Amino acid sequence: MTAPRASRRVGDLSGLPESASGPRHLVWWGNIGFMLIEGTGFLLAAGVYLYLARQTPRWPPAGDMLPGLLWSGIFTVGLLASDIPNVWLLRRSHAKDVWAVRYGTALMTILGIALAVARWFELQHLGVRWDHDAYGSALWLLMVLHTTHVITDLGDTAVLSVWLFTHQVGDDQFADVGDNANYWSFVVLAWLPIYLLVYWVPRWM
Amino acid sequence: MSRLDDTWADKPGWWGFVTTVDHKRIAARYIVTVVAMLFLAGMLALDMRLQLSVANGTRMGPQLYDESFSLHGSTMLFLVSVPVMEAMGIWLVPLMLGARNLAFPRLSAFSYWLYLGGVLMLWIPHALGITPDLGWFEYPPLSGPGYAPGHRVDIWAQMITFTEVAALAASVNVVATILKMRPPGMTLARMPFFLWAMLIASLMTIFALPAVMLVTSMLIADRLVSTQFFTPAGGGDVLLFQHLFWFFGHPEVYIIFVPAVGFVSAIVEAFSRRPLFGHIAMVLSLLSISVLAFGLWVHHMFAVGLPRLGNDFYTAASMAIALPAGMQIFCWIATIWSGRPRFATPMLWVIGFIATFVIGGLSGIMVASAPLDLQLTDTYFVVAHFHYVLVGGAIFPLFGAFCYWYPKATGRLMSERWGIVAFVLIVGGFNLGFFPMHILGLEGMPRRVYTYGPEMGWDGLNLLATLGSAVSVLGGLVLVANALVSYWRGTPAGPDPWGGPTLEWAAPSPPPPYNFEHTPVVTGIAPLWEHDDLPVMTGLNDEAREVLVTSVVDAVPIYRQHSSGPSVWPLISAVAVSAMFVGSIFTAWAVIWGMLPIAIGLILWFWPVRGRATSGPLRTRAR
Repeated sequence: MTAPRASRRVGDLSGLPESASGPRHLVWWGNIGFMLIEGTGFLLAAGVYLYLARQTPRWPPAGDMLPGLLWSGIFTVGLLASDIPNVWLLRRSHAKDVWAVRYGTALMTILGIALAVARWFELQHLGVRWDHDAYGSALWLLMVLHTTHVITDLGDTAVLSVWLFTHQVGDDQFADVGDNANYWSFVVLAWLPIYLLVYWVPRWM
Repeated sequence: MSRLDDTWADKPGWWGFVTTVDHKRIAARYIVTVVAMLFLAGMLALDMRLQLSVANGTRMGPQLYDESFSLHGSTMLFLVSVPVMEAMGIWLVPLMLGARNLAFPRLSAFSYWLYLGGVLMLWIPHALGITPDLGWFEYPPLSGPGYAPGHRVDIWAQMITFTEVAALAASVNVVATILKMRPPGMTLARMPFFLWAMLIASLMTIFALPAVMLVTSMLIADRLVSTQFFTPAGGGDVLLFQHLFWFFGHPEVYIIFVPAVGFVSAIVEAFSRRPLFGHIAMVLSLLSISVLAFGLWVHHMFAVGLPRLGNDFYTAASMAIALPAGMQIFCWIATIWSGRPRFATPMLWVIGFIATFVIGGLSGIMVASAPLDLQLTDTYFVVAHFHYVLVGGAIFPLFGAFCYWYPKATGRLMSERWGIVAFVLIVGGFNLGFFPMHILGLEGMPRRVYTYGPEMGWDGLNLLATLGSAVSVLGGLVLVANALVSYWRGTPAGPDPWGGPTLEWAAPSPPPPYNFEHTPVVTGIAPLWEHDDLPVMTGLNDEAREVLVTSVVDAVPIYRQHSSGPSVWPLISAVAVSAMFVGSIFTAWAVIWGMLPIAIGLILWFWPVRGRATSGPLRTRAR
């Protein structure tokens, strides 16, 4: 067929809104896609840790110190606690509350910085260097992967907060705040199995 | 119409070139780059075949031969096969959905620039004489710091990171577009099979590619900061590399093959002039292939000495995947059988695909058996098998797809006569070149050797293989020449030269920057065969870039989404990411400091353009 096809109008879309929130929004799905990629990365890194643990008679190998529980405990409790204001922020973003998304992202930025500091001290007390043996390498692999996510979301939250304070907030920005909050919940949830693996599995084995 | 043109057109000249977010332009540059890579990899193959065509060949020494097959394999797998499938998705998915662009337009631009980074990462060092030389999968300990000093391995590993980030970006884009931007009425049950194939291949990419990114990063870490992942003396394990590599590597075969199944189904449907026989069974078989593909990786490792039970399990799983694959073949044959087939060039490629792929599938069942594989692994039998599967199973359907959608992309028809010549040369030359390799493998000729002695008696079949390859390369040149000449001199095609069933054939050829003036409404699985005219909905904004977002299952319209316009920031971000990737070959600090320019690039990319705040502590105050 070489002639253009005739068309017949059966409806009109101009009355539709210009944004939506949660899973109805397009960007929510992109966010889920990247969580799936990174979640797969976490799972595989955990697989690496367990695979290497099965290759040696003792885990950690004789002479390696166990990772310290103090700073990791502070980080873990702090991270779990941070999800409370985070979930509140998610709900306020759905309610399109300008005040809440501005101050909520500012609060999450401050909490993120505090957690990054706790993470810094936690990394000083892992008890082994990455180049000491395969145990150290696997341990640092998990820690570096998770720390990268903490820092990335902290950066994202900080920039978002600055933008929200200095600009008029539209529907798409409320959706952005919601996606950012979801991502933080992902960072929190991803930590729990890693925490068990890094700090408790060597103690139970 | 002119308002839509104004809204969606790129700026003219080089600025438009570097800032475009038009999925068709991005896909076109992906495909042009792929064709260049295919040419270079083909020349490498021909060079290697010349070396092997006689006993005691002197054209190449062992080092050059090692570099040649490493470069050939890495280019074909990472810079041709996966990217070209992503490119076809980037081009075709919005058109088949009646949409104006992909879900995340700037992400597709970023994806191409990073892919180009991967191309340069492998080929610029090659031009400088630094070429990876350990095959397309660089196993430790050979690739570890103890046996591979210098940067050949790092270049290979980082090239993979480039291309995998590019493929992941494209896949997330394709998944979100297919799930959330289908036109009104295109429920999941009415979704064309090609879109199912792209959706499933993209989801497989999301789950498979992190494994190879992780494992190559671990290899670089072993080489750069002395981690001990693959060092037995430090408690590491070399087989861990193979497990992770093949956890990606086997699904990758299907990431390449599943879109090809989509091409074949689209062509069979259009040229048999009936809907696909067994549409639901076909979708279910694709889904089962996508799941089974993640449970087969150990069949690439039968020779490494894993427990017997493990080998038995993976033998059974490998044979099981032949069932859904076989069922698809029967569905295509049933569609052709019960339709009114027309054997134009795209359909010839389908026939060439079925014949060649079935041979590859049968040799696949042979090597899936662990005891037989122990005899055949690392021989030319395996070389024959994977070329039959990958070239026959993916590249032939790709050529068919190229001929099928060429008129849509360019507005011109390719010459049928030269199309048939190219088909005969490529398919004939391929079979002449690769079938003898089965026999060479059974006679014990190992792969990856640069020469052999006359006493082995392998020279006759090798000469035949070289002749076949040369004929095939000649056919490839005819195909490209046909495409180039037809671009200027081909007969004008009109919007729908083949009488196709899916929405892309309702758009003008070539489609304008906005693809469709109005949003099509779909009432069946073959929407253009349902009505003579096209039901549409009006109401998307002409004066701002807008796309329609619908619900995931039933495609009910939800809202009108602003679609990002042209931007230079995806390119700048890709340059920043490239600088970090390249730097990280030399120092671990590049990973830390390299994040800074990347962060700046991404912030400016995503910075929303809206008015300054009129409330809150940082509001603008009137002077």
